[in-house]
Amino acid sequence: MTSTLIILALATLFALGLGLVARSGHDMGLESWTVGNRGFGAILVFLLMAGEIYTTFTFLGASGFAYGQGAPAYYILAYGSIAYVMGYFLLPAIWQYGRDHHLVSQPDFFAHKYQSPSLGVLVTLVDIIALIPYLVLQLTGLGIIVAVAGHGAIGKDTAIIIGAAVVTIYVIVSGIRGSAWTAVAKDIMILAVVMFLGIYLPFHLYGGIGSMFDAIAKAKPGFLVFPAAGNSVWWFVSTVLLTALGFFMWPHTLASCYAAREAKTFRKNAIVLPLYQLILLFVYFVGFAAVLQIPGLKGAATNLALFKLVVAQFPPWFVGVVGAAGVLTALVPGSMLTMTTATLISRNLYGAINPRASDDQIVFIAKCAVPVVMAIAVYFTITGSSTIVTLLLVGYSFVTQMFPSLLASLFPRLGVTREGAFAGIVVGVALAAWLTFSHASLGTLMPFLPAGIRDVNVGIIALIGNIAVLAGVSLATRGRQAIAAE
Amino acid sequence: MRLLYWLAIVPVFFLLIGPVLHNQVHPLILGMPFPLGWISIWIAVIALVMLVIYRLDPRNGNSAP
Repeated sequence: MTSTLIILALATLFALGLGLVARSGHDMGLESWTVGNRGFGAILVFLLMAGEIYTTFTFLGASGFAYGQGAPAYYILAYGSIAYVMGYFLLPAIWQYGRDHHLVSQPDFFAHKYQSPSLGVLVTLVDIIALIPYLVLQLTGLGIIVAVAGHGAIGKDTAIIIGAAVVTIYVIVSGIRGSAWTAVAKDIMILAVVMFLGIYLPFHLYGGIGSMFDAIAKAKPGFLVFPAAGNSVWWFVSTVLLTALGFFMWPHTLASCYAAREAKTFRKNAIVLPLYQLILLFVYFVGFAAVLQIPGLKGAATNLALFKLVVAQFPPWFVGVVGAAGVLTALVPGSMLTMTTATLISRNLYGAINPRASDDQIVFIAKCAVPVVMAIAVYFTITGSSTIVTLLLVGYSFVTQMFPSLLASLFPRLGVTREGAFAGIVVGVALAAWLTFSHASLGTLMPFLPAGIRDVNVGIIALIGNIAVLAGVSLATRGRQAIAAE
Repeated sequence: MRLLYWLAIVPVFFLLIGPVLHNQVHPLILGMPFPLGWISIWIAVIALVMLVIYRLDPRNGNSAP
């Protein structure tokens, strides 16, 4: 047990050290801190983008989802690769525009494209509401890992506070470079750990991957295929498509796109990232291996499936290695999320109030915002409950509402106006919030629909409402302004 | 050239339609339940198709990816 904790502590110190080293030789102005002076080559951008795949949500969440729900978990594997295909066509244009106009955040893009500071503020507010739960999720994962791996020697809350302090320090000191370099260490470690576990556990416990799935199919019929209703195949298709649209709308993902040196980077990554995504299969294998081994976890406890199995099967030092990989999957995305939120607050909220603020002032305010953002996240993490999951779902459906306006802005001939974009986002976000909190589904809203369509992801309603309002308002306000032709 | 871009949709379509048409555990693909194995294979095909598009896309010059 002590050896477990020593390894966890070493991993944390290592991450911190790497973040500090990454800073050397670079002055930390606004563009350096937030987008690495747009000098990142294919590999660093790849790691930043891939960092989105391996967060604690996938490490603990995907294995827990596979453990708890079976087949519906497959959707997590599918949506990323479809998003990368879209990224091939979409990201070079966004990157080019960002470089030409010195943009460092996602709201910058909207404010600049539509020539509307108020649209920028709207996007900022929606972004912040979406980001905080995502950050809370990383901290929650961190707490779970340390508490389970250390057999409770360090309390969850203590672990969360230490982790939050580490993230705060290295975000302030090194900015995006810290994240990128720690991401290298994180990805190497997580790849090794996940592939080992995903192959070793099925073979050791069941004699092979095929025999493991045969055993599960026999013990729990229907668990490995999509249910006939509810999370059915139509739920799968619609959820994959919706989630893929929202993928690059996360402000931290879009901001890491600005860090690239050349447009080709994204097109290269569209080839490699889908393959990289396949490593998730091994995470599923661990989750499925736990189904018959650690039965009985329910609700939020399903997130413990991977770790419970590891603790049951391996010596303490190895639990420490797995735990260290897990800690890094929380720290790296955690630092990206914190930095993005702080930049949004300073650049897009303070900057909107005081447009003459210098870059140095913006950086200063952003760095002051980092501990504040972290404190808020820690507060929600420690006092939070299951509603976090609900909040994350709201977050995802919120950022997805940016997609129609963003896409339309790349095609000026569509004639989407700033009023249209604004109204579309407001309506989409309001609908998304209502749908999530009321737990509505197409089946409950429109019971007369045929069976397959009733299972379609309800988020589609918010998106359709968004597009309808965007189109309607744009038609009504057309002629008053045209989108900036670039 | 524009026509080539539409090639990207083909593997995405097949990826999504597989579980709809055959939502059964067997036959296992590479030891995995059919829907999971099917999705995995088409993700690999997506990577391959994107490689082809990348190679033929004049915007990327002649350098190898």
